[in-house]
Amino acid sequence: MVQKDGEKAAGSDVATTTPRDVSIGTAVVPSGAFENPGLLPHRPRATDLDPKTEKTAERRVGGLFLFSVVASLFAVVAYVIFPIVPGDMDSVRLNNLFLGVGISLALLAIGLGSIYWAKNLMKGGEWTEPRHPTRGREETRAAAVEVFKLGNEESGFGRRTLIRNSLIGALVVSPLPAVVMFRDLAPAADPVALLRTTLWDKNVRLTRDPSGTPIKASDVTIGSVFHVIPENLEDAEHKLEEKAKAAVLLMRLKPEDLHISPERSDWNYQGIVAYSKICTHVGCPVALAEQHTHHLLCPCHQSQFDISHEAKVIFGPAKRALPQLPITVDSQGYLVARSDFHEPVGPSFWERS
Amino acid sequence: MRTHTSIAGRRPSGRRHPLATVALITIGLLTTGGAYALLSTSATAESTAASQQSITEGQKVFAANCASCHGLSAMGTDKGPSLYGVGASSVDFQMGTGRMPLAFQGPQGAEKPLQFTQEQIDAVADYIASLAPGPAIPDEKWLKGDGDIALGGQLFRTNCAMCHNVAGAGGALTEGKFAPSLAGVEARHIYEAMETGPQNMPVFSDLNLSPQDKADIISFLKYQQEHSSVGGVDLGGLGPVAEGLFIWIFGLGAIVGVTIWITARPN
Repeated sequence: MVQKDGEKAAGSDVATTTPRDVSIGTAVVPSGAFENPGLLPHRPRATDLDPKTEKTAERRVGGLFLFSVVASLFAVVAYVIFPIVPGDMDSVRLNNLFLGVGISLALLAIGLGSIYWAKNLMKGGEWTEPRHPTRGREETRAAAVEVFKLGNEESGFGRRTLIRNSLIGALVVSPLPAVVMFRDLAPAADPVALLRTTLWDKNVRLTRDPSGTPIKASDVTIGSVFHVIPENLEDAEHKLEEKAKAAVLLMRLKPEDLHISPERSDWNYQGIVAYSKICTHVGCPVALAEQHTHHLLCPCHQSQFDISHEAKVIFGPAKRALPQLPITVDSQGYLVARSDFHEPVGPSFWERS
Repeated sequence: MRTHTSIAGRRPSGRRHPLATVALITIGLLTTGGAYALLSTSATAESTAASQQSITEGQKVFAANCASCHGLSAMGTDKGPSLYGVGASSVDFQMGTGRMPLAFQGPQGAEKPLQFTQEQIDAVADYIASLAPGPAIPDEKWLKGDGDIALGGQLFRTNCAMCHNVAGAGGALTEGKFAPSLAGVEARHIYEAMETGPQNMPVFSDLNLSPQDKADIISFLKYQQEHSSVGGVDLGGLGPVAEGLFIWIFGLGAIVGVTIWITARPN
């Protein structure tokens, strides 16, 4: 209903302004300016006019609440009827499904019933609730200033400068431990040193992921793709971090399909090449290998690398070719690394030269 | 079918019901098709070893249907690769899933209805296997799906999931190629695909994934397809885009709908 005059609560004054005819700056006379249409005339609801409709609405609300009772009981019954059988994942699904359906229907019915009740049966009518101004009343403001003044006087904050200044100093210094702590979350050592080296080294065998069995050169038939981890990964201290850096994709192409630059002439073994699996864009595993086009596709941002041309970028946001792992075979015919990667694997970082 | 003929019989005049012809053709096709299916299944059961007769038969089918691209002697042409050494396994996969013969030259041969009977496919497989040694059709014992599901899942996620999706739903590759969905693919075809590396799929020979590894992967896929997702409807397992789209449309749609209902004036 309309606010009654003379009974204004604190902070309920309405500030009124007369809208400008001419907008500032442009001086164009606004045409078709929005006018407040005011409150729409009250329109009685069907439930206000017709007692039969009112009764129906009442029954509906009651029905929804009773349905909620039924749904709650259903949830309890379902929980008993469909128990979780250890080891049977399907029983977990059924248990969760029916319990969840029961509980959510029960709560939903309470909510829907309440809103329906409020909309159709509770006292109806329209009124405007004006937004109250943000500025406090003069006496409230004066009282606030008085409080501050009194506080200053009684504590002597403005007078005792030693206490005031030392408190300010203590507050300024207090976040310092957090700064030190958060700085220490970053790698303490030089990131270049951390990222430049991987577990690969001279004579480290290439092994299958996840079994860790070594790979003979003769195992790698043409068109094959092996997902490779270094043999010393099992003994590594931070296994996942090391695997994330050292993951390698091993492929065998026909030697005539490989276009090799002279300085990398001994990095492959009879058409078997090994490249870092970590995308140089943002570090997703690049492993979508195509046998005949020799393309490697990164699933995250569609960077494509051409394995027949030393994994150079042929499409997408990556900027650098995938680092190649120089490989050869040992005396027993197993594939081994010649050395570590010659550049840091993975995406670019600030200190990477 | 029965209704069609009975309608035709009710007509007193000599004119046949227009649908009678259709019914007749359907009956004819079903009879011949059924008889053919019976005959061909019994034939498959008999021909287990590659006989000279089967090889000759296969050569005929090959010359009539495959030689235009692969060459009369299967040595390959500029339109199709040489088939020396691809083995019976490759033939069984390519023809058994309908990928060969190609409908047209494109980025990738798509799966389509079978063009040949299993008998003809086996004959061509025998013929190709007789040219040069290659992977044979896998032994039934690897296809039963009774392997180590956990290890199979690990191997699948390492070797297969990046292209075929963790749920085996398939995914896009470059320039119009794609890794197909693995749902409903026969165990034999999954094994053959790993063994031979069809089209642009890499080869996972027995030296990379042993037959037992392959059996484990097949067991994992079979388990995954037979057991519904514990977390509820998996929406095809297509990942965050499909799931996000669903919740944006249906979840937010429901919230907007309820909000409008709450604030609307009652009648």
